[in-house]
Amino acid sequence: MKATVYVTIKENVLDPQGNAVQNSLQTLGFGEVAKVRIGKYMELQLDTNDRAEAEKQVKAMCEKLLANTVVEDYRFELEG
Amino acid sequence: MKFAVLVFPGSNCDIDMYKAVEDVLQQPVDYVWHTATDLSQYDAILVPGGFSYGDYLRCGAIAQLAPVMNEVRKAAEAGKFVLGVCNGFQILTEAGLLPGALIRNKSLKFRCHPVDLKVENANTAFTNAYQTGETIRIPIAHGEGNFYCDDETLKQLQANNQIVFTYEGDNPNGSVANIAGICNERGNVVGMMPHPERAVSELLGSADGAGMFKSVLNAFASKTGAASGAAVR
Repeated sequence: MKATVYVTIKENVLDPQGNAVQNSLQTLGFGEVAKVRIGKYMELQLDTNDRAEAEKQVKAMCEKLLANTVVEDYRFELEG
Repeated sequence: MKFAVLVFPGSNCDIDMYKAVEDVLQQPVDYVWHTATDLSQYDAILVPGGFSYGDYLRCGAIAQLAPVMNEVRKAAEAGKFVLGVCNGFQILTEAGLLPGALIRNKSLKFRCHPVDLKVENANTAFTNAYQTGETIRIPIAHGEGNFYCDDETLKQLQANNQIVFTYEGDNPNGSVANIAGICNERGNVVGMMPHPERAVSELLGSADGAGMFKSVLNAFASKTGAASGAAVR
């Protein structure tokens, strides 16, 4: 089973990288870019076919390591 | 009093920290590798700066899971003295020993220069040689030193007097409430972005950081009663 994990900076936490990229996009003429937020994308190959178990485990992985929940949110998708 | 300086793959301020203990205090100090599983012989644990594990995933995220960190937790619970500087501060927050998180500097720049710090709390194990309200000059060197915590946590930090240092004048990284360093409720665990170990001699541009090392020796002396009346300033 494959897990795809997205880690994003919390809405109320400053994302200076996102702001810099937004400015650059506007410099390039993409004036419609109102906001940019930068996050992380991770692919995990899991040695299990048990969806419920995978869901529980990936949630624990996110809480313990993959995201710092003080400043980041996470979500994930399971497939296969 | 015996000191441990933790060393992770990618630590790069470990030698400065070791030398600061040696030069300022003339007390025994060891480098302790991240795989160590016993810190019982040490009275103070210093977590130095650097880029542990290449800052992979997040600063301090991988280091917090090193075997030695379980021992650091035990030491902190036992009331031993723990200081995290720069990457060491990031590691302590990731490990949950201190609240909040360190995120990218608002300016996106790596800032490396001396800063003025206001001592907000001179009652911690690492600041008792200073006066509350005193200004000290210590260098910073970080790209991700922007302390963040939510409003509720900030109120708790303020209510419990856990803000140890704030930046005076220019805030170099955009941290909440100009925070440069904090402690746990008990005051035996301190984390800070500036580098006191780089400011222990006038030859280095400032000797203001030496007070932190003297403080912890004071704290140890008053804890053990061994050297009562021999407090250093």
